[in-house]
Amino acid sequence: MIQFVLLISRQGKVRLTKWYSPYSQKERTKVIRELSGVILARGPKLCNFVEWRGYKVVYKRYASLYFCMCIDQDDNELEVLEIIHHYVEILDRYFGSVCELDLIFNFHKAYYILDEILIAGELQESSKKTVARLIAAQDSLVETAKEQASSISNIIAQATK
Amino acid sequence: MNPFSSGTRLRDMIRAIRACKTAAEERAVVRKECAAIRAAINENDPDYRHRNLAKLMFIHMLGYPTHFGQMECLKSIASAGFPEKRIGYLGLMLLLDERQEVLMLVTNSLKQDLNHTNQYIVGLALCALGNICSAEMARDLAPEVERLLQFRDPNIRKKAALCSIRIIKKVPDLAENFINPTAALLKEKHHGVLITGIQLCTDLCKVSTEALEFYRKRSLEGLVKTLRDVVNSPYAPEYDIAGITDPFLHIRLLRLLRELGHGDAEASDRMNDILAQVATKTESNKNAGNAILYECVETIMSIEDNGGLRVLAINILGRFLSNRDNNIRYVALNMLMKAIAVDAQAVQRHRATILECVKDSDASIRKRALELVYLLVNENNVKPLTKELTEYLEVSDQEFKGDLTAKICSIVEKFSPEKIWYIDQMLKVLSEAGNFVKDEVWHALVVVISNASDLHGYTVRAFYRALQASAEQESLVRVAVWCIGEYGDMLVNNVGMLHIEEPITVTESDATDVVEVAIKSHNLDLTTKAMAMIALLKLSSRFPSCSERIKDIIVQHKGSLVLELQQRSIEFNSIIAKHQNIRSALVERMPVLDEATFSGRRAGSLPATVSSSSGASLNMPNGVAKPAAAPLMDLLDLSSDDAPAPSSSGGDFLQDLLGVDLSTASVPSGTNQAPKAGADVLLDLLSIGSSPVQSNLSTPDILSSSQDNKMPIATLDGLSSPPSVPVRSTSAGGAASMMDLLDGFVSNSPKPEDNGSAYPSVVAFESSSLRLTFNFSKAPGNPQATLIEATFTNLSPNVYTDFIFQAAVPKFLQLHLDPASNNTLPASGTGSVTQTLRVTNSQHGKKSLVMRIRIAYKLNNKDVLEEGQISNFPRGL
Repeated sequence: MIQFVLLISRQGKVRLTKWYSPYSQKERTKVIRELSGVILARGPKLCNFVEWRGYKVVYKRYASLYFCMCIDQDDNELEVLEIIHHYVEILDRYFGSVCELDLIFNFHKAYYILDEILIAGELQESSKKTVARLIAAQDSLVETAKEQASSISNIIAQATK
Repeated sequence: MNPFSSGTRLRDMIRAIRACKTAAEERAVVRKECAAIRAAINENDPDYRHRNLAKLMFIHMLGYPTHFGQMECLKSIASAGFPEKRIGYLGLMLLLDERQEVLMLVTNSLKQDLNHTNQYIVGLALCALGNICSAEMARDLAPEVERLLQFRDPNIRKKAALCSIRIIKKVPDLAENFINPTAALLKEKHHGVLITGIQLCTDLCKVSTEALEFYRKRSLEGLVKTLRDVVNSPYAPEYDIAGITDPFLHIRLLRLLRELGHGDAEASDRMNDILAQVATKTESNKNAGNAILYECVETIMSIEDNGGLRVLAINILGRFLSNRDNNIRYVALNMLMKAIAVDAQAVQRHRATILECVKDSDASIRKRALELVYLLVNENNVKPLTKELTEYLEVSDQEFKGDLTAKICSIVEKFSPEKIWYIDQMLKVLSEAGNFVKDEVWHALVVVISNASDLHGYTVRAFYRALQASAEQESLVRVAVWCIGEYGDMLVNNVGMLHIEEPITVTESDATDVVEVAIKSHNLDLTTKAMAMIALLKLSSRFPSCSERIKDIIVQHKGSLVLELQQRSIEFNSIIAKHQNIRSALVERMPVLDEATFSGRRAGSLPATVSSSSGASLNMPNGVAKPAAAPLMDLLDLSSDDAPAPSSSGGDFLQDLLGVDLSTASVPSGTNQAPKAGADVLLDLLSIGSSPVQSNLSTPDILSSSQDNKMPIATLDGLSSPPSVPVRSTSAGGAASMMDLLDGFVSNSPKPEDNGSAYPSVVAFESSSLRLTFNFSKAPGNPQATLIEATFTNLSPNVYTDFIFQAAVPKFLQLHLDPASNNTLPASGTGSVTQTLRVTNSQHGKKSLVMRIRIAYKLNNKDVLEEGQISNFPRGL
């Protein structure tokens, strides 16, 4: 089971955090500080796994971002690397060649996508196409609602209320 | 636009925060935004709730407090539209966790949304539930989730499956409800549903043996077929990763097969073929393929034995181990640790490669490899392995040395074939990384050295040489200094040369030099210096020629600012200067330390259990039992020792007088508190453990009856002693509480009329069968002593035989009982027995007499026991 997901920039800034096990706000800050210290300091040729407090943290660097997932002792580290890559590919398709700025300004979108891939710390969908389709469908629902709200009839209704 | 709502858009806020140059600037921007959001919340403005929540989430991610936004999430979830719900659920998952009370409020909204007609809203609710639900919510909403496992849209089914995993993890009792619906998911074609269904199935098997049996019987065949299909499936672009169709599905299937095959030979047998196929056919040039192979190996290792498959698996690990990719090597080491339990021989074959990994540049790999090497060590290979590890110790990173040293020391202690080898290896470790060696390790070394009498000379010379080479390793210096102090003469005279040694010439002054350097070094700590000081004292007797010089060195520390050194210096100086005649006897070699005791104590000191530490205190070599600090220990010692304990103060006189075994009596008195409403501790002590007729259960009855009998008399005398003073008797502090009790009586008893020096007789005790009268007299000139003549009268129509009177007094009194005039008491008051008591009151004038009595006799050959407390003594005795 994935305990939590972290996205950290090379400068140590947090870009996304998702906790599948309960951690208090204080513990979260501590965990992030501790892990970014360990992971950012590791050289490029080393393996992508760090043992930490009885768990393992699998991380992978994409451009300036580190994607980290903390897993149980007996989970498959190599598979988690694939899950990270799976997520990155879906982000890439959604944003069209994703960069750190996309994730900063559209952080909520990054969360929505993650929620279509992982629930309860387990993988939900192995098809990138399906995830993209589901996200698009929900985005269009939001768009429709917005359009309705700003449609002329609605404005008139608001004004005459 | 509402003047209170925050005007800035989310994008602008993020820009503003990013533009901040300093942390203070950032805080200012965030504070301003938070203030605006709070104002908007107070306004209860739904138009900007969406935007405010998004801002709050960003602020939360930066680490600022956002609890004031929690209720906004709930409101947003409760609103009707999809966009509001979407952001509301996201906020719920980010800003809250399962331990917050607020979460309970959302249960109802979740329930409604789980039944919503819009499947995307159902999806949102399932996602939130799966990520943060608590045990209570799991119970409340499990039926909804169970129903959704059969929802028409597969995307909802897969979410419901993962949500079920969370539910059964929170409430394992609910597992059985999910067993049947999950079986249906395993037959699906949709990969998302299949993956999540298999995962749910695996988790069900982990919490419920019922589920395990069920799936073994019903689903194994289908799962094997699914795996075969996916392994042999043609190219499927939607699921393809590096030429493999859906590695995630592969891995989950293999994991479930592992659960089903573990501990069941028949089930294991049915999956052998497909496992062999996966192990041989999977491409291993990409990470995805290796992930599958890795999972497959673990499954092969876990299911019941099949020799051929295991060979295949070990070979895969061997290939992994020689891979250039660090990730692959890491997982290989990880898996080999599990493989040791299955086939240690096969793992041993890779020993050389594993040893290389200990020296890797990657800390994660080094750590794994070191743990693996530790498991690989046995009597046969301990020598070469230790050699490799100690050699590596020289070049390893500083931060790795701690781990490495600990493991080497542990290996050496555990498997050392002979003492000389042990000493050699420890010497190497101490010289290389003495600063990383834990105290107990070099303590153990000293014990071993002291026991190896034929190696004393060799050891002291070896340490002397090592100290010449590396004097900055603290624990090396300590052991070396100790050895030189103990065996300095052997160093100088080359006593006990082994043939492997090269002879060295060390003069007495050379040896003293070494110790002097240690004591004067600024890098070494107090313990080392104190040890050096002792070594010097010992050498002063062993090296007569250096005696004066040693004295000078010792004297130099007379003014040391460290108390310990100063004291040692002064004391040792006086030993050298003034006590020539006893010095040599005083500084003899330490007696050989008992190895068994030491290792026992070491083992005992780790888990701090009472039994082991008390065992250790009994085993102290000098025969002096360690003073046990805890009262509990005292008590245990009492009960374990046959002899009465001399230390228990309160128990002493009671034991002497009454023969009551305090240790057994006081333990139940602590536990019997409930029925003791009217009793007190002395009474309790007296009654428990007395005549065999009485059981503990009958005690309260007897007590109450004797008190009932006593009451009228006490009232008659106008001395109402409160008979039911509640006394808390703790087993350890029995004596103390007894004192309190007696004090209480003194202060509570009203003043009787004082008739000067003549004391009235009192009826001290009366029951329906017996009366006891006390007559008092005082010897002139000794006001503390009182002579009491006790007269016993039988009020019943039967003769009492074997009559015994016993009495107990608190500590400030001394009591002496003369023999009774007779041990038979005639019936119906026709005669009496008299007995003289002499009481000395050490607190004369401050405290009155008080006494507990017990009268035992035989009535028609049956034991009878009467007890009571006498507190109606006239004042001034």
